[in-house]
Amino acid sequence: MLTNLLAIGPELVLTLTVVLVLIADLVIGDRPARRGSLAVLSFAGLAAAAATFFLLPDGGPAAFGGLVSGDGLGVFFRGLFLVAAFFGVAFGALSDEIPVERFGEYAAMLLATTLGMSFLVQSQNLLMILLSLELVSLPSYVLAGFRRGDSRSSEAALKYVLYGAAASGLMLYGFSLLYGMAGTLDLSAIGPALNAKAAGGSVGIRAGIALAALLSLAGFGYKVAAVPFHQWCPDVYEGAPTPVTAFLSVGPKAAGVAALIRFVVIGFGASVATPPAGGLPWPVLLGVLAMATMTLGNLAAIPQDNVKRLLAYSSIAHAGYLLMGIAVGTPDAVQAVAVYLPIYLLMNLGAFLAVMAVRAKTGSETIADYRGLVARSPALSIALAIFLFSLTGLPPLAGFIGKFYLFAAVVKAGTPFFYVLAIVGVLNSVVSLFYYARLVKAMFLEASPDGAPAVLVPVPVGLLLAILAIPTLVLGLWWSPLADLAARAAGIVG
Amino acid sequence: MTIGLPQYLVVSGVLLALGLFAIVTRKNAVAILMGVELVLNAGLLNLVAFSRFGGGLDGQVFALFGIVLAAAEAVVALAIVLQVFRARRSVDASKACELKE
Repeated sequence: MLTNLLAIGPELVLTLTVVLVLIADLVIGDRPARRGSLAVLSFAGLAAAAATFFLLPDGGPAAFGGLVSGDGLGVFFRGLFLVAAFFGVAFGALSDEIPVERFGEYAAMLLATTLGMSFLVQSQNLLMILLSLELVSLPSYVLAGFRRGDSRSSEAALKYVLYGAAASGLMLYGFSLLYGMAGTLDLSAIGPALNAKAAGGSVGIRAGIALAALLSLAGFGYKVAAVPFHQWCPDVYEGAPTPVTAFLSVGPKAAGVAALIRFVVIGFGASVATPPAGGLPWPVLLGVLAMATMTLGNLAAIPQDNVKRLLAYSSIAHAGYLLMGIAVGTPDAVQAVAVYLPIYLLMNLGAFLAVMAVRAKTGSETIADYRGLVARSPALSIALAIFLFSLTGLPPLAGFIGKFYLFAAVVKAGTPFFYVLAIVGVLNSVVSLFYYARLVKAMFLEASPDGAPAVLVPVPVGLLLAILAIPTLVLGLWWSPLADLAARAAGIVG
Repeated sequence: MTIGLPQYLVVSGVLLALGLFAIVTRKNAVAILMGVELVLNAGLLNLVAFSRFGGGLDGQVFALFGIVLAAAEAVVALAIVLQVFRARRSVDASKACELKE
């Protein structure tokens, strides 16, 4: 029993933190240090959760009768989510979009989402996957609609919840079919059971397996915002408060990617190296989804004028790059995805923080208001340029290393289809340079509009920008520690 | 005629189809959520039927959790619909289109 509890130590601490933050919010009331003390309490909770990683049982055995797996993939991503939650709380504390009297609710909702993400990446059971996915979704709906009086924020939440509810309904139906055919909810047993069914089965059984897999994919596709489940993404990212958008674009997306790896690569045993369970062509299916996702994301980003909307389409494109890695499914590819996601977290959070800082002074998110920003705020402009070029994948920035690992894994798959996939990916990166550079050009080469306010960056925001920008630079030159960690995370596969 | 697994699957298939039809065609946000409930219940019916006709108790446990999950989702979704109604005096999802390029 104790080993079981130790295995979910970080999650227990997170649960406790959520409760404590809510109670503290009530106790503190309207005292002046309300925001600060709640933020400090959240940070302490996150630090305590991180400390419990050292108490995790060795060797990562499955806990609670196989409901949660203690493997390296789960540990890696749980650590990553704590980092994402730290920035999420910090952004909220510094943003004027989160009113001080509701900051406690914001922190509690954000930590609850993190709790769901933490459970999601280690779920070894269809029921656990569905429940933790909902635990991620429900607080994110609330966060998206956090600005109650703002009709844009409400609209974002409405779109998020309608698409999300439909996707999770379809996923539940898919899971029920999988359960019916495999006779078990345990992810590690589903693959062999489906193989046995498909080997002697009729066309009907094969069609059933395909339908079940596709319906299940809807839920994951929605979480990572992959085509054709992406329509909610630009609207939600534009309408939600900026700190929420920043968190949603890295946290739940990374959790969805990790869960998809567990479902497809471990559950179905799908990779280019082995024939997948149930005779489903996962690599080609996911490869096609990846191509569609990155192409649509990049092309739709080009004409955008709202920076948050532009970054939303850019995050769809990045989901496409990540799907490429899942399609390949080899240990190399899983390692590449695990290298890519922390880097993506740094640069995407950085870009949104810069957007937040500009919005706080100009009240606007359109590219036109970034004209001549370098004269008004040199450090901020340079930091934002670093993040944008890193998102493009230009050397010597961290984004280049992430893309390098991904494309290397795709090329190593060695079939004509994956060569085409790699070429499409590279072409897409070129397209993405176009719209990222458009923003950089506005900042550095165009003159400020008359009467544009100077953008002074408050010290804590500047500090956070540096915390995000320095690793984006350093990881581009010295990435071996991250690659080692990622290799350990991928150790479960193959 | 004895009622077996196929009959249950047909009923759940019909429920799924009706739910999807409601989600796609309805403009009222509450009606869309009713469609979602139909889809969820189609899945739950499947789980219970598979469990009854030889799959162990897992399916029934899943169904119980599924019912709670549907309730939790409905609470959050209806709260958001209420918030949208307060902001624009309408729950027509097709009219919520302030956010567009």
